[in-house]
Amino acid sequence: MESARRRQQLTRILLYALLIIGAILALLPMLWMLSASLMPTGEASTFPPRFFPSAPTLEHYRDLFTRLDLGRNLLNSIFVSFVVTFVSLFINSLAGYAFAKLRFRGRDRVFRFLSMGLVLPVQVAMLPLFLLLKNMGLINTYWGVIIPGLSSIFGIFLVRQYALSIPDEMLDAARVDGASELRIFWSIVVPGIMPILATLSIWTFLATWNDFMWPLIVLSDASHYTLPVALANLSGEHVQDTELMMAGSVLTVIPVMLVFLFLQRYYIQGVMAGSVKG
Amino acid sequence: MGREGEVVSDLIRDFEKLHPGIHVQVQQIPWSAAHEKLLTAYVGDATPDIAMLGNTWVPEFTAIDALEPLDALVASSKDAPRNDYFDGIWNTNVVDGKTFGIPWYVDTRVIFYRKDILAAAGYNQMPTTWADWRASMQKIKSRMGARQYPLLIPITEWPPPVIFGLQAGSPLLKDDGQYGAFSEAPFKKAFDFYVSLFNDKLAPALSGSEISNLYQEFERGNIAMYISGPWQIGEFTNRLPKAMQDKWATAPLPGVDGPGASLAGGASLSLFKASPHKHEAWLLMEYLSRPDVQIKFYGLTGDLPARRSAWQDSSLANNVHARAFRDQLDRVVPTPQVPEWEEIATKVYEHGEQAVRGKKTIDQTLAELDRDVNALLEKRRYMMSQKKLAAR
Amino acid sequence: MKTKAVRMPAEANTAAWFFLAPALLLITVFFFVPVVASLILSVTDFDIYGIANPSNTRFVGLRNYQKLLSTPDFWNALKNTFYFAFVGGPLTIAVSLGAALLLNSKLVRFKGFFRTIYFTPFVTTLVAVAIVWRYLYHTRYGLFNYGLGKLGIAPIDWLGDPHWAMPAIILMAVWKSFGYNMLIFIAGLQAIPEELYDAAEIDGAGPFRRFFSIALPMLAPTLVFISVITMIGYFQLFAEPYVMTQGGPLRSTTSVVLLMYEEGFRWWRMGYAAAVAFVLFIVILIATLLQFRLQKERA
Repeated sequence: MESARRRQQLTRILLYALLIIGAILALLPMLWMLSASLMPTGEASTFPPRFFPSAPTLEHYRDLFTRLDLGRNLLNSIFVSFVVTFVSLFINSLAGYAFAKLRFRGRDRVFRFLSMGLVLPVQVAMLPLFLLLKNMGLINTYWGVIIPGLSSIFGIFLVRQYALSIPDEMLDAARVDGASELRIFWSIVVPGIMPILATLSIWTFLATWNDFMWPLIVLSDASHYTLPVALANLSGEHVQDTELMMAGSVLTVIPVMLVFLFLQRYYIQGVMAGSVKG
Repeated sequence: MGREGEVVSDLIRDFEKLHPGIHVQVQQIPWSAAHEKLLTAYVGDATPDIAMLGNTWVPEFTAIDALEPLDALVASSKDAPRNDYFDGIWNTNVVDGKTFGIPWYVDTRVIFYRKDILAAAGYNQMPTTWADWRASMQKIKSRMGARQYPLLIPITEWPPPVIFGLQAGSPLLKDDGQYGAFSEAPFKKAFDFYVSLFNDKLAPALSGSEISNLYQEFERGNIAMYISGPWQIGEFTNRLPKAMQDKWATAPLPGVDGPGASLAGGASLSLFKASPHKHEAWLLMEYLSRPDVQIKFYGLTGDLPARRSAWQDSSLANNVHARAFRDQLDRVVPTPQVPEWEEIATKVYEHGEQAVRGKKTIDQTLAELDRDVNALLEKRRYMMSQKKLAAR
Repeated sequence: MKTKAVRMPAEANTAAWFFLAPALLLITVFFFVPVVASLILSVTDFDIYGIANPSNTRFVGLRNYQKLLSTPDFWNALKNTFYFAFVGGPLTIAVSLGAALLLNSKLVRFKGFFRTIYFTPFVTTLVAVAIVWRYLYHTRYGLFNYGLGKLGIAPIDWLGDPHWAMPAIILMAVWKSFGYNMLIFIAGLQAIPEELYDAAEIDGAGPFRRFFSIALPMLAPTLVFISVITMIGYFQLFAEPYVMTQGGPLRSTTSVVLLMYEEGFRWWRMGYAAAVAFVLFIVILIATLLQFRLQKERA
């Protein structure tokens, strides 16, 4: 019918309009950040506010890498994020698989106990954790930041959930053939849970890169800071230098954005799949 | 911290040339985070060998036994003789009769102001009493537009109300630093004055982080006066355009009935007990205390030397902006030397903010401030009663 | 010929514990033990004097808890945190649901493209974003007040006015977080069978009716799940006030976690801070249990 058609057209236009406005709102802060980082000093604090730089300049980025040594913090973030991501992937998937597929005494009790941990906010642990690391000599070291992140209940849950779907027969057949549990894990399970491993590693990488409170607490000198802490540090001293701070923000955000954009398929699928099952 | 952190590497290079075996690493921290970061480092057994400490922090770091006493080193040193330092400043580093820091540079607060704006309001000189000062600000205000203010004192900083308190003769803490004295008459008088500046719209109620660019505001005449320290000489010189350079000046602070007191501030170089390189560290401290190096440092940062002899150098003696500081340094008063001072100072401006914004009356504010301060000092009272802490 | 059908229990046990050991060891030592230790810490007055010399610490029983319950600063922090969670939470959920509905519509193409764009804020580093928004919120030079000016509205002192500071932070949090919940809603919406919608349409139900009678009830479990997750996350507010407002103006953005950080890592009153952290835990626990209760009753 004509009017129904017309109505659909109008609705479609309305929906697209909303979507586009939404997209602009979602991207506006990031776009301004990028633009302001290229403005000459002082241009970002003018009235009326400018949206585009009059004469784009890379001087603030140069400043970040030379005078302020943010390159060091970038490397720190990369190092910490990679180590945590790959080591925790191994540790969490071993445990997740064990809970899913290995029959052992006490499995359900231990698992229930772990689940309780999900309700505990991590901040409750921070004060004694700091004192513990102090006694281990790990304050202001990379390991002080890395070690507490090497295992996560959430990661274990995620792997377990996915590993449940591996057919028992496949595993039992391998056992009959005499393969060790570790062998089975490596050759059968890991290939089978690749998608969730991909999702988990992206998730862990992003979370570790973006982590702020714990590195802030543990690290006390700038040469060890990860990017978020270095950035917050910078903003205390350079609140006057808008353009410089924007460049710092761009530097912090770009790597995770790139990781996300290239691997978004795995990540988004993982989030959505996990939620349906959960 | 601050600009010092950025330029000290120049001085370090020279030091390393003199002492080829020693290599020095410099860590920069912003002032806002330095106090907590240094304590974190202490707690985490990760202290540097030497740190630049705000001299109000020296008692705190001493109380936790983090610093090495320097008296023996000072006595046998040619490069850091005790009598070449400003008395009031040196004493801020002395706790229980022992010295825990060498003054590196001195800091006190004076007024930075727009000469032209003040002159246009009919004043050729910065007033020297509170009453005159206030009158001049009102004059300036009447010639200003909306969102323009004669004075900028960020409400998230403790020096302004504390300075006024010291000027009015308040001890800030009483009974050997065991109780707060903020609701007593002298501080109340100072606090009244402080809050009235905001109520009369002579100063905007802004926090430190809301002023996106102080220098731009000063240049554009949105602000005519600003209370700050010596480092601003360098900043104003570098950040304001050439055309503005003859339009600004410094002057000592007005006091209640005449030129007023200011903070006996500054930074000290302190040696951490846990340092494995004490000898080398002391060499560096001595080096940085040499008058010629102090002058060079002054040239790089605008920070005023702690060595009296350094002040005779022409670069300083002829610096028109430094004169106000030299003058002010004769009238400096230290803040209470208790470890809890940093936190007490924070409480001062936090409660101050309540009064400035009209949420509480002056009396309420000061009563609550004293209540909080007394609670903070409870551990100190306990430690003193147990004789674990000597009386000052 | 004997065949082993299944590994003997003892061997299965050993292997399993090897697999679990690293994870359990790490989680126990670096999470569970500290949580218990926190409880112990909270009944002492461990502070900077105590760090210098542990003998300076006293056992104080419940005094820390008494103190925090009678300190206006604590109740203020709790109020601010609740304000953030109970206004920001539903707002975030509403926006995510709206975006999910938009993206679920049959009339729309380029779904993947828009979905990625809407998810982007979630991926960004909070500190970096908070710094950007701090400038966007500037009274004179920020884009937001400029936009308001174009609409004829007077400039708002976003981060300087105690009434607007928390809403400013909420707005930023909604912008940053809605993408995640949106994805979960999309998954939930996609799980609803088409036939239900078609049947309702034939019966003459309009789009709003279809939403309220079909989509919403079927989304109910997802909604509860999302509410719990979002609330728990929002109760832990820290980085935004730390970077943007330092808990001000007038402590109007001081959250419970920020208070804990200040007391514990700035003033080193660790016994007291542990008590604050523990109260936070209790609050989160109660909120979580309440929400599960609500779900049970609804079902």
